[in-house]
Amino acid sequence: MAGLKLTDVGKAYGEVEVLKHINLDIDAGELIVFVGPSGCGKSTLLRMIAGLEKITSGTLEIDGRVVNDVPPAQREIAMVFQSYALYPHMTVYDNMTFALKLAKMPKNEIDAAVRKAADILQLTPYLDRLPKALSGGQRQRVAIGRCIVRDPKVFLFDEPLSNLDAALRVATRLEIAQLKESMPDRTMIYVTHDQVEAMTLASRIVVLANKGISQVGTPLELYETPQNEFVAQFIGSPAMNLFPGEVIGTGEHTTVRLAGNHGTIVSAYPTRPEDMGAAVNVGVRPEDLHLTDDTENSYKATVDVQENLGEVTLLFFIPDSEGADPVIAKLPGIHRGLKGERLNLSAKPDKVHIFRDGISLLYRQD
Amino acid sequence: MHPALQGLVTIVVGVGGCVGYFYLSNFLLDRFLLPARAYSAEESAARRRTGTIIVFLLPALLIAALYIAYFGLDGIFTSTGLFWLAIVLALIFGLWRLRDYVYGEGELTAGRNISHANMIRPWLFLLPAILALGLYLTYPVFETLRLSVTQRNFSTGSYDFVGLQNYAQMMDEPKFWEAMRNNMLWLIVVPALSTGFGLLVAQLTDRISWGNIAKMFIFMPMAISFVGASVIWKLVYDARPEGQGQIGILNALWVNLGGDPQNWLTLPFWNNFFLMAVLIWIQTGFAMVILSAALRGIPEETVEAAIVDGAGPFQIFFKIKVPQIVPTIVVVWTTITLVVLKVFDIVFAMTNGQWGTQVLANYMYSKLFTANDWGVGSASAMVIMLLVTPILVWNVRNARREMK
Repeated sequence: MAGLKLTDVGKAYGEVEVLKHINLDIDAGELIVFVGPSGCGKSTLLRMIAGLEKITSGTLEIDGRVVNDVPPAQREIAMVFQSYALYPHMTVYDNMTFALKLAKMPKNEIDAAVRKAADILQLTPYLDRLPKALSGGQRQRVAIGRCIVRDPKVFLFDEPLSNLDAALRVATRLEIAQLKESMPDRTMIYVTHDQVEAMTLASRIVVLANKGISQVGTPLELYETPQNEFVAQFIGSPAMNLFPGEVIGTGEHTTVRLAGNHGTIVSAYPTRPEDMGAAVNVGVRPEDLHLTDDTENSYKATVDVQENLGEVTLLFFIPDSEGADPVIAKLPGIHRGLKGERLNLSAKPDKVHIFRDGISLLYRQD
Repeated sequence: MHPALQGLVTIVVGVGGCVGYFYLSNFLLDRFLLPARAYSAEESAARRRTGTIIVFLLPALLIAALYIAYFGLDGIFTSTGLFWLAIVLALIFGLWRLRDYVYGEGELTAGRNISHANMIRPWLFLLPAILALGLYLTYPVFETLRLSVTQRNFSTGSYDFVGLQNYAQMMDEPKFWEAMRNNMLWLIVVPALSTGFGLLVAQLTDRISWGNIAKMFIFMPMAISFVGASVIWKLVYDARPEGQGQIGILNALWVNLGGDPQNWLTLPFWNNFFLMAVLIWIQTGFAMVILSAALRGIPEETVEAAIVDGAGPFQIFFKIKVPQIVPTIVVVWTTITLVVLKVFDIVFAMTNGQWGTQVLANYMYSKLFTANDWGVGSASAMVIMLLVTPILVWNVRNARREMK
């Protein structure tokens, strides 16, 4: 059906480049999520796909057709805006039929399409209401309904859940997931800064940073094998710990001595003999750290702060060097009285990532 | 004294007076009447005694003395005497209640004093405005109503009650009906065209780089007085006999196109529209400014949603933008309607109601001050007020809803 292909796409406002060299292949039926810190251009990229922002370089193909200069209405896309952008002076019914009326669709077909969409979204009782008489969640559903009735090839969502409260966000997230399942051949592109949304919804996640794509992959790929430190720290909460260190053992497994006299740690990342002595960052997720009796290969530090959440216990180790983020360990269950204790922590070698110059050693080019 | 200096002095005295009044009212209220502190029962009883003298007894005696001095003891039992007696009694009763409100009995807390002071404060601030508006606006309404049902007797100088005779006389005059008809014409044409042009200009200048300069020029006529504008447009419509150079731009164009010079302001029926052009020229700027702000207030995302939905520029304007600013359009429309109903200067300065261009306000003026017929003049003033009131009420309601 409708895949998208972005080739070397860039966006500049005058001299200021906000996006460059975006290359991305999206297959039909995928649910792609763009995530990234605020200001990384994820919304801009979505709006370029929608046709609301001009593409300043590169080409965008939808379904094999270059659409750089095709007006939004003819791109066979539909978009859900962050503020929903419902027409305040029109009833729910008119909101949903506006595009179809403009397209001069026969009246009975319009009506059938709206009834069907309203049925799916449980909006039938509200068709005669104005948007201001609806709750946030209902407005959200009207915005989605406005897209469904047009039966587009590509759905675009611009942070659609950010205006909802936490409970409603979870419910609506599930609804969107179900909606996707009911339309397996429709492509969806979803922008969010919430990594939970990204992890739960996406078939593939595109992490945007520094004007470009940091990594593209399935949610678990990003979690298990991040390409660089940015992705490693962006995905997962609390963020992955990074320990500066020096390679002291190479081969199938790599041993790294942690800076600041914190011991050594073993990783399953392979290294070559010439890597000996290289300065690297070791990345370990808080949930992969566990207490150990092994005094040789472990991270040794004193607990500065302890947070008991019942389900897990968070331990914070504040490093000596100023400005560095605290090291966090997330231990399952309840552990009493660890504050002030000197502990040995280690992680399974295959959970220990090694980054050199910010790039994961798994993806080294040389 | 030089007029500029006079103006400056007026400003200084006026603003200084306002600031002084503000300061003095706060000072009186917070230091003497209701200081923010607690009083024991004995203290408040003592304050109540002195307070009764200052807040109630002295002003009441002053008012009563003024009344007696003006009407005398025999004057009380005339109709005006009794009317004013009622007002005086109401004032004295009000002072009595005010004393009770300010100087309470028994133990008083600081909180009670503060909250009572805050209840009195807005009224104290509004008092000069209420008095001035009462004198300049409310009183004339009733006086005009009275004059409209009386006939001045020139031999005795008295006013005799004649019922609706003035109104009947007015209704019989063709000039009155001409004024009514013209006012209706003005009422339809001017608000519609001003709002329409204003909306058009607001939309067209929204996205262009020199839009603000264009807006400035279109807004400028707002700063010109109606009489000044009339003089300008009289020159535009100026006519010279055939063969002479035309100094009026309209005739200059017309003659260039091969027409004979026209006296535009005397062309029956159409001259009304030439007069209306002046007001439209002035009011378009007003409509433009308000509507431009309203257009900018429309959420950008609704426009983008419409673009994605496939709407063209005209559909976006008429189906998305205009419906969202209907409340503002209504306020602009009714505001201009009010101006139109009161239109006087333009007609007075350009044709003085001749050649079939009479309007109600000018009719009133000519009756009141040219024909010296106060009865009919006041009757026509009442008609204008009657026409304005419902629109005014509607306008105020809409404007209030807009502000929410």
